[in-house]
Amino acid sequence: MAARTSPDPECEIVTTLTLVELCRISGTTRDWVIELVDEGVLDPVGGGQTAWRFESSSITVIARVRRLQHDLCLNIPGAALVLSLADENARLRQHLSQAAGDAPGTPDP
Amino acid sequence: MSWSPAGPGMRLQAQMEYKDFYKALGVGRDATADEIKRAYRKLVRKYHPDVNTGPDGAGAEQKFKEIGEAYDVLSDPEKRAAYDQLGASWTEGQAFRPPPDWDAGFEFSGAGHPSDQPDQFGDLFRDLFSQRAAYDRGGQAGARVHVPGQDHHAKILVDLAEAYQGGSREFSLRKPELDAEGRITLRERAIRVTIPKGVRDGQHIRLAGQGAPGVGRGKPGDLYLEVALTAPAGFRIDGRDVYMELPLTPWEAALGARISVDTPSGKVDLRVPDHVQPGKKLRLKGRGIPGRPAGDLYGVVKIVIAPVETEKARKLYEEMARETRYDPRQKAGG
Repeated sequence: MAARTSPDPECEIVTTLTLVELCRISGTTRDWVIELVDEGVLDPVGGGQTAWRFESSSITVIARVRRLQHDLCLNIPGAALVLSLADENARLRQHLSQAAGDAPGTPDP
Repeated sequence: MSWSPAGPGMRLQAQMEYKDFYKALGVGRDATADEIKRAYRKLVRKYHPDVNTGPDGAGAEQKFKEIGEAYDVLSDPEKRAAYDQLGASWTEGQAFRPPPDWDAGFEFSGAGHPSDQPDQFGDLFRDLFSQRAAYDRGGQAGARVHVPGQDHHAKILVDLAEAYQGGSREFSLRKPELDAEGRITLRERAIRVTIPKGVRDGQHIRLAGQGAPGVGRGKPGDLYLEVALTAPAGFRIDGRDVYMELPLTPWEAALGARISVDTPSGKVDLRVPDHVQPGKKLRLKGRGIPGRPAGDLYGVVKIVIAPVETEKARKLYEEMARETRYDPRQKAGG
């Protein structure tokens, strides 16, 4: 897509990505992404690698896995486990903070 | 101001706060390399921002950055020796002026530790523009070399209301750059972003051509903005569905009611069925985040006891107590 020089750059939601696009944007290799799919960390729709379509949130997932691998010396299954536990933890914390917010009972205006 | 490890050419700024790296890792000044490593690994597990994604995430991230900074210096014998030379009499946060040429005579091998790259530690370098910071490669460009510019990544916070309505807003992004002396400086740039209606948490917005410039005739890279939706108090977002607190009086919950509710997409008249219990979800189909299909909006019932402020109110409650004989401690079903 051509760049524009206008002060308001063109903005578009990235809906889905092919394997090639995801690798390019994330700066990763194809084999590594395939490993993440095999591990269930990424869940593309479509059968077969050429037909795979990834959600754009996969870009963030890949960045998180890379950081975990680097910072905690994890392999892919380890990073996958940490990711799912961290997400579960975040979900529980959200519920907990909501429940805690309910407790004092705010007066009805 | 922080002392960011910048590898060769690292200089302390003229005025800064002293940072106690030993304290950051919770080790003594005489700790061995192994002890430092163990302390670091333990703290990294505890404070890693990808592990702490809850509401405390920001605090953990700051702590993680400090730990990384500390370990970067203390794990490298050369940097540690240079740091130790500053003396132990400083206290954390004290205004600090390093002695002139404090690092003279220390030969920094630079490439020894992976953290010498500016993208390894620190939220600035990693989260604003992850992976490869924008190195200006222009100087190396041969006349016939054309290389496309790199894509950049950043995260933006978008209000729930903006996701419903869409809009255009200016965001300020900070980009690390290396100056002529090899120091990392942050350059701010304002960029206007059109937020498409119906954008979801975790989605990316592509700004074509807003990444790093290309070399030669190579086209510039794109800028990818990760959207983090923020929900106001009492709201929770799950994909396209939105949950909002729905406060009801006891009689509305008991008898049912027609009420008017403020939702992110405007006022909505809602029919509350009779006998709803706290926590029950009333669905407003298609009133979640717009899209194809649009998400749903759920009102989560919360029963608010009206304060007993008048004699009449007290009498009504007393009458209800007498007449209903309902005991909520008995098995459910009453």
